Amino acid sequence: MTSRNPKIALSNVGIVIVSHSPDVARGAADMVRQMVGDVVPLAWCGGAPGGGLGTNVEAILAAIDQAWSEAGVAILVDLGGAETNSEMAVEMLPHERRARVVICDAPVVEGAVMAGTEASAGSTLDQVRRTAEELRAR
Amino acid sequence: MPVDPQLQRKLIGEVARCMVGHAEELTALDQAIGDGDHGLNMKRGFEAVLAELDKTAALPMHEALKAVGMTLVMKVGGASGPLYGTLLMTLGKSFPELPTRAGVAQAFSAAVDAVKARGKSDVQMKTMLDVLVPALATLNDGGEDLYPRLRASAESAAAATVPMQAVRGRASFLGARSVGHMDPGARSSWLMVQTVADVLEREELAMKHNENRSVSR
Repeated sequence: MTSRNPKIALSNVGIVIVSHSPDVARGAADMVRQMVGDVVPLAWCGGAPGGGLGTNVEAILAAIDQAWSEAGVAILVDLGGAETNSEMAVEMLPHERRARVVICDAPVVEGAVMAGTEASAGSTLDQVRRTAEELRAR
Repeated sequence: MPVDPQLQRKLIGEVARCMVGHAEELTALDQAIGDGDHGLNMKRGFEAVLAELDKTAALPMHEALKAVGMTLVMKVGGASGPLYGTLLMTLGKSFPELPTRAGVAQAFSAAVDAVKARGKSDVQMKTMLDVLVPALATLNDGGEDLYPRLRASAESAAAATVPMQAVRGRASFLGARSVGHMDPGARSSWLMVQTVADVLEREELAMKHNENRSVSR
């Protein structure tokens, strides 16, 4: 899922996409890849533990790990349970990582593409989040 | 006295079996105003709890509650996983080594607060909190007939969610159309309160019965 260019990617903010549907998450990740290639660490997850629509704390933790960057990770979520499970996952991270993960209040597809594009420019986690969240009020 | 391991096993096991047994009803309630997965999610979570019952029954009560909570977080797959998981993990974190009614009430209060924070929610929003908050108030009142009052408060509190308009969760997307249905989370919380009250009441009756027998001997 995540391919990395070791020269650039590790310094860019990582993006995690969490949807109830694995198809939506994978599709959104494809759209981010199309914009930014492999310069942004990227991972997605979707579906309940054991299948079906839903979200899964274990899978979210694995996605954060996969997209990990020292610059931090921005998570994009679709609906309620995706947000609640992502918040739970962030709280379960090792302490030193917790402060470097944010959940963006933005639509999952558009937010992921905007966040990914911002991250590819080497922006900070806070800038990435703000860019994604500019979509909120539209 | 710490919680008796047999009683602990009954509490965890009966709550879990109750949730599994009511999966279809919870799903039907959730189909009316949500995404229709509450029953299935709770079933998956509590089947995992049942699979670990031998392990959790052998732990001290506070550790067992934390373990059950963590299983729900990992296995449920909807918002109810982190919500019920947070409830039980916080209950475990604050659970007194030698439980008294006041000590348990205090731990339950911390657990309800944690659910409010996790769900960014409170009473009157058509959620599980509409049942848990009155249950806490009943527990704090203490006194005689605690178990019947707990059951009655949970039942009427769940029924009171029917005319509410949802403010949180998937049901809030329906706006006014969420009115007229019981909240599925309120129903699962009612079932939980009812089962715990039933188990504890039976336990106390059995203890009294045994004491009377040993007195009359």
